[in-house]
Amino acid sequence: MSDSTKTVILHGGLLALLFLLQFLLPAYHHGNLARIMVLATFAMGYNVMFGYTGLLSLGHALFFAAGMYGMGLAMQYAGAGPVLAMSAGLVASIVVALVVGLLALRTAGVGFMIVTLMFAQAGYLIILYYGAWTRGDEGLVMPQALRMLGAIDFSQPGPRYFAALGLFATGFLLTLWMMRSPFGKVLIAIRENEERARMLGYDVFRYKLAAVVISGTLCGLAGAAYGLLFGYVGATFASVQYSIFPLLWVLLGGAGTVIGPLIGTLFMFYLIDLSSAVTSAYMLVAGVVLVLLTLFAPQGLAGELRARVWRGLP
Amino acid sequence: MTIKTTGTTRRGALKTLAGGAAAATSLPFWARYAQAQTSEPIRIGFQMHRTGIGAAYGRWYGRTTEAATRLINEAGGINGRPVEIVIEDDGTDPKRGAEVVEKFATQLKCDIGYGTLFSHVVAGSAPRAGELKLPYFIVSEGHQLASGGLNRYTIQPGITDVKSQVQAMAPFVAANLGKKVTMIYPDYAFGHDHRDFFSEAIAAQGGEVVAKLAIPPTETSFTKYFPKIPRETEVIYHVMVGPAVLTFVKELGEFFGPSRPEMFGFIDSLEAVDIASPGLEFLEGSYFWEGMPRYAQPDQTSFDKFYREQVGVDANGASVADPKDVSTYAHMFACWETLYVIKAGMEAAGYQSFKDRPALIEAVEAMTDMAQSNEHPQGPKRFNGKTHQVFGQQYISQVTDGKLLVKHTTSLEDGFYPDETDYTKMPF
Repeated sequence: MSDSTKTVILHGGLLALLFLLQFLLPAYHHGNLARIMVLATFAMGYNVMFGYTGLLSLGHALFFAAGMYGMGLAMQYAGAGPVLAMSAGLVASIVVALVVGLLALRTAGVGFMIVTLMFAQAGYLIILYYGAWTRGDEGLVMPQALRMLGAIDFSQPGPRYFAALGLFATGFLLTLWMMRSPFGKVLIAIRENEERARMLGYDVFRYKLAAVVISGTLCGLAGAAYGLLFGYVGATFASVQYSIFPLLWVLLGGAGTVIGPLIGTLFMFYLIDLSSAVTSAYMLVAGVVLVLLTLFAPQGLAGELRARVWRGLP
Repeated sequence: MTIKTTGTTRRGALKTLAGGAAAATSLPFWARYAQAQTSEPIRIGFQMHRTGIGAAYGRWYGRTTEAATRLINEAGGINGRPVEIVIEDDGTDPKRGAEVVEKFATQLKCDIGYGTLFSHVVAGSAPRAGELKLPYFIVSEGHQLASGGLNRYTIQPGITDVKSQVQAMAPFVAANLGKKVTMIYPDYAFGHDHRDFFSEAIAAQGGEVVAKLAIPPTETSFTKYFPKIPRETEVIYHVMVGPAVLTFVKELGEFFGPSRPEMFGFIDSLEAVDIASPGLEFLEGSYFWEGMPRYAQPDQTSFDKFYREQVGVDANGASVADPKDVSTYAHMFACWETLYVIKAGMEAAGYQSFKDRPALIEAVEAMTDMAQSNEHPQGPKRFNGKTHQVFGQQYISQVTDGKLLVKHTTSLEDGFYPDETDYTKMPF
């Protein structure tokens, strides 16, 4: 079987499975999976920068929050419906990603990590500072009446699941297509050896900027969708832990793989959910598992799959 | 994690079982089935801040909940059914909070959700409770519910909201401490609520806020802010919270020395903190809002005495097991009172199963006055069914010899404000 056929079967099969699970899962896991798909989109956005381009950002909460607040403020204060509000979230995340990319890409390595972290922290403090509009840390509850597209009510389980699946599939297929395209190959080349890519004539800065904007936009879309589907927009999502989460999910699932972010998000979600039912020290359990995975599966779960089973896994 | 506090003895349980079995054999099949259904415990999902920034509150909310549940079960439970508290930690995080509410409603099969304090967790969780039609009894103080921002399934019957609390303080501050107030508050929603509500309330008393000093949440030293306090200031109103509060008080003391303006604060700053801690000496003589007096007062009510004993709190507001484990006394009474409101509501509604959830909400909406009693040890209350918010009296205490002594108790009317919403018009 060729790599292309295997790729289609694996990724198409995964999307088909996610579609079918909508009809099979009990209510609790149905809701969880909708949330996981939105968060996995956030992780996929992160993966474009970190996993494929080799840019380690510590500030992706900023992009998630830009989309979330772009959507939320439009809905809260302009009475925008889902399409308009999501568009506002999309524009906000593109603009923020472009600005951050243009400035932060002047640095590299540790400098890049610190600059992205500082940008995210500034974003978080701006949300708190403009508390009159954002309600600061308390956040905004999205009016249910506006979370409707015609007769489709996104606060209901079915539409929520399909919307989450649609978002996830878009990010998933986009990443898959991109990483098999010449553009994606250049990003991987930059990750592997930036100097060599430059020597071959590629405008590395432009490619990296494109990666930041695509990554930020995907993350922003995930943030906007989270606010729309779960009815809440809050500053917590702009805090530093939401910059660390996508890094963890991607590392766990497998950086630089298309399926890795979903696997990592799913794994981490249920690790916390199940361990918290057993002990109040569930973060300790999560920590120990993370240490073990780092020791024994340093390339993440999908990364191990690539190393041991299928070297062509995109 | 599930804690069962059914309060039954083995002998009692055997007797009940034997009696139940004998009775069941004499009943028609459908009635036996109905009996089996309704003997199930009433499951209350307790959304607990066990970890995260609210952990100190969560610990004491947990102890209060356990004590009230034990008493309710000893007295026969609710509608003859034992109460089971199902605890899930929300990490004081709005995302996890929403997940916990979903878990209560769809997996753990809880009858209701209960117990959330931090307003951002409430804001993250309440939409999901409304969508899943899970009655959600919050214990939060937040004004977002009474302002109309949440939904019909969310209800706050145990604790007064911050707008009412702050408003009730203004007459005392203006009449006894001064009319020119400088406010020092954290620069996020909690602080902004105080800023906005108190500015309005003190103006209504003929006073004014002469300076508003918002402190960014990342600040660890406050010295540079104090020169901004105007000389004309008669009262400093402070609501700093979190670990930095000790530094804040110490630096304020160093700045003013022995001649300071009057000081008024909210005890939220020092919940679970010993007032006699080193560095807090500067607070001697200053005033605090208390939801319920931490120290047993000379005129202590029998209700406070009973409540204190049952929860395991000594006369200084600390755990009887460990005098260094100071309680969150100004807030945690609300868990106790909320559980008794739930009990009264379920009994009034004849609550049997999930289908009676709307009837439970309607029964609570129909409540009005609640007399001070063992069930309501903090004081009398009036519930507003339209806004889903309760109003209670507030206490103003002065730090005297390192303890808080109540100087003034507000009336219920001091905290009333015009309704901002009517949830009863919202469909279920």
